[in-house]
Amino acid sequence: MAEQSGATATGSARPSDDGQGATGSSRRSFLTYLVAAPTLALITRAGADVLAPQPAHAVIPTLPAVADLVDLGDLFILAGAPTSALLALAVETDGTIRFRLPREEVGQGLTTAVAMLVAEELDAPLGSVRVELDDARPELLFNQLTGSSNSIRSLYGPVRQCAAGARARLVAAAAARWNLPASRLTTAGGVVRAPDGRTADYGSLSAEAAAPGLIVLGASPKPAARHALVGTPTRRIDARAMVTGAQKYTLDLDVPGAKPCVVRRPPTLGGAVRGVSNLAAVRAMPGVLHVVTVPTGVAVVAETFGQALDAKAALQVVWGPGPADQLSDAQIRTRLRAATPPLLVPPLLTPYVDAEFDFAFVSHAPMETNSAVADVRDDRAEIWSGLKSPIVARETIAADLGLPLDKVKVHVVQAGGSFGRRLFFDAALEAARISKACRRPVKLMWTRVDDTRHGRMRPATHHRIRATHLLGEVLSFEHRVAAAETDFRHGLGEIITATAASLPSGIGNATLAQTLFLTTVKSPYHFGLTTQTLNEVPTGIPTGSWRSVYSANTRGAEEIVVDELAAATGKDPYRFRRTFLKTDAQRAVLDKVAAEGEWGRALPAGCAQGIAFHEEYKSRTACLVEIDTRDPEHVRVTRAVIAVDVGLPVNPSGLEAQMIGGLTDAISTTLRAGLHLDKGLPLEGSYSQFHWAKQRDTPLDVRVFVLPATGTDPGGAGELGVPAAVGAIANAWARATGSKPRSFPLDFDVDFTPYPR
Amino acid sequence: MPSHTFTVNGRSVTVDAPDDLPLLWVLRDMLGVTGPKYGCGVDVCKACTSHLDGTDVRPCVVPVSACAGKRVTTIEGLADGDVLHPVQEAWLEQDVAQCGFCQPGQIMAAVALLRRTSEPTDEDIDAIANICRCGTYFRIREAIRSAAARM
Repeated sequence: MAEQSGATATGSARPSDDGQGATGSSRRSFLTYLVAAPTLALITRAGADVLAPQPAHAVIPTLPAVADLVDLGDLFILAGAPTSALLALAVETDGTIRFRLPREEVGQGLTTAVAMLVAEELDAPLGSVRVELDDARPELLFNQLTGSSNSIRSLYGPVRQCAAGARARLVAAAAARWNLPASRLTTAGGVVRAPDGRTADYGSLSAEAAAPGLIVLGASPKPAARHALVGTPTRRIDARAMVTGAQKYTLDLDVPGAKPCVVRRPPTLGGAVRGVSNLAAVRAMPGVLHVVTVPTGVAVVAETFGQALDAKAALQVVWGPGPADQLSDAQIRTRLRAATPPLLVPPLLTPYVDAEFDFAFVSHAPMETNSAVADVRDDRAEIWSGLKSPIVARETIAADLGLPLDKVKVHVVQAGGSFGRRLFFDAALEAARISKACRRPVKLMWTRVDDTRHGRMRPATHHRIRATHLLGEVLSFEHRVAAAETDFRHGLGEIITATAASLPSGIGNATLAQTLFLTTVKSPYHFGLTTQTLNEVPTGIPTGSWRSVYSANTRGAEEIVVDELAAATGKDPYRFRRTFLKTDAQRAVLDKVAAEGEWGRALPAGCAQGIAFHEEYKSRTACLVEIDTRDPEHVRVTRAVIAVDVGLPVNPSGLEAQMIGGLTDAISTTLRAGLHLDKGLPLEGSYSQFHWAKQRDTPLDVRVFVLPATGTDPGGAGELGVPAAVGAIANAWARATGSKPRSFPLDFDVDFTPYPR
Repeated sequence: MPSHTFTVNGRSVTVDAPDDLPLLWVLRDMLGVTGPKYGCGVDVCKACTSHLDGTDVRPCVVPVSACAGKRVTTIEGLADGDVLHPVQEAWLEQDVAQCGFCQPGQIMAAVALLRRTSEPTDEDIDAIANICRCGTYFRIREAIRSAAARM
């Protein structure tokens, strides 16, 4: 039903109630259209945004950074605004409400939050709402990219407007049926009710509500004060499927004829296949159906994955070199240090704090490895995969296969984690090429070793920070970042910006990188003259945005320096932050964790507290942790207290889950999880080597405090939890051990025998 | 090709497969039982955790020949029809799952733990080594505590 046609405007466009937020940050309008269909179906189109800068106040004032004025999410909301057919909602005759969501669900609870918004505005039971992931729809342009903590921010207004429009039509249909004024009817629980007690459920009204001639009053979403469901902790709508094994991920799909497939990959990143010396012998192995060469390696298709894996292991492949064969961690570190601009010389007699930091490469390591199902025929193709940029995936795959765009269908499948990984569609493209070469449907699985070694990584970074201070005031704060280039060649999710990002010489990617850095990284403190700059170094190593992108390392490092500045000026780290934070809203989350976490309580030697703050995408959080370093072989964060203010929380339970997830990311990457690059390939190959936190590494006591709504628009939350937790854990470790944390992960020994290349 | 007969979630099955074919691929590729997930293939991530005669095992490293005459229980066989196992109920109550990919294995590991001890300590729960990349560990801990209380 997502095809729009013969649209009739229903109701006047009017600014939604979120038009003027407390921060004055946005003003939006939406139009809802009726779709020609036998039962009620609507689409909503978003209007223009107007952005206004926010005022700042001062200690020694720091001018607003770019990200204070307009953040990356604001840009995405703006970029998505003009696209028509944004959202599609249908009410079926049995009362089921279907909503096609042009985003990916990777575990962050987006479908639940969207179902809540729909149920809220329709006054329908949450259980009657089905949220389905939309196929790739190129007409949506920038509006089908899942990233930058932006989905709820960009959808909050349009989804509510769409559902409010549907409710208005259902009420109008009941009014016409009963010959009563619509204003006298009420809705609750999926039913329209008349003053005399007559009722009609939505399903029974759906056909009448679709009548083009229906007279409908203007519809606008409820004010937040009338929200009954939004803002209430709500369990995931897909939880039952997940605990019963019914939830289908890409490789669980039953696509007729699709056979298991794995790929033998090169011994160094990006190495090319020169030849296979035992092709006939491998083709004769039990269950083997096809062995074909693709640009990324040698693919084996077999009756079972077990047989495909055996055949892959038996392959004898001659490999050519890759683009980074000589690169190891030491060279990367040297290049990054050389690329870090020098700091300004401090004035004579002005005390200052200096620090340099190194962060290792990190795997995204979602539990579900890269996977895709592809069915490529001579004249058409169909792809299934977990995709956060499905439009550019479809456009790229169509071009690669030499098929017209309208002959390629790309289905978005709910995924087993992403953390940024699924912005790229490496497996979908690879599966399409293999299916084309074998002339049969295939289900491609990257092994864990493939995923860890050949998957993309969070780039290694080097940081140089200098802060000057005098008489208890901070005069300047300089931060120079050098990073292995982050690959943004998915663009904004479609082919135009992806092509721009792929311009020769890396100019396009570098421009996008600077934009991302400037629109996400900012300091929350009044530290006088504050400068943060990024210099990226191309390396040939496959990288990609990793949850919180630049902020985890950049802001994590800054929070460590904040503690060291506090020490240099003889101040308590909590009170020092309190003094220099810019707003009361920032101080509120900090005060909350200090109070609830009993900041300053006595702990045994070798144990300590740490505290940190972070703000991004119109949201803010503070984190207080306690760490136990008494066993150097098993350092553990034992307790965590987090406070979070997202302006307007939609689902506090989901928000809490995101913060706990960010905390676990921070525990892992700060203490033990990273990749060693050795002569063009990571040494790590599985979770026994890439030391992601397990139950025994995580706190016995975690408390998350979701602050009540302080605004009228939700801020971003998907990545918010990482940077403050990185800072808090590192600061706790510093106090517990008396050492300065400088190189991450802090415990990064090669304590394993690497798998063969 | 050798033939192997065993039960999967109460149903008797016979499959023709090499002796050393891991149970995970028999379940997923031959029997269409997709609840157990591939996450590593080497008994490290433990996402495929299932039960063999009531004991938790990792089907990615159990050869199908080792299952002959035994009972294999996967996440699909844990509930009694529509009535969920108390551990599944506890998982819903604590809203544990994020991406959900590891949760079948986490739940099967928790059920096995609660069979061994009705009052698991923090150390017992710490010993569950199943990876959750989303980091739901604290809610898993709370769900196990809750399930222990209700069982």
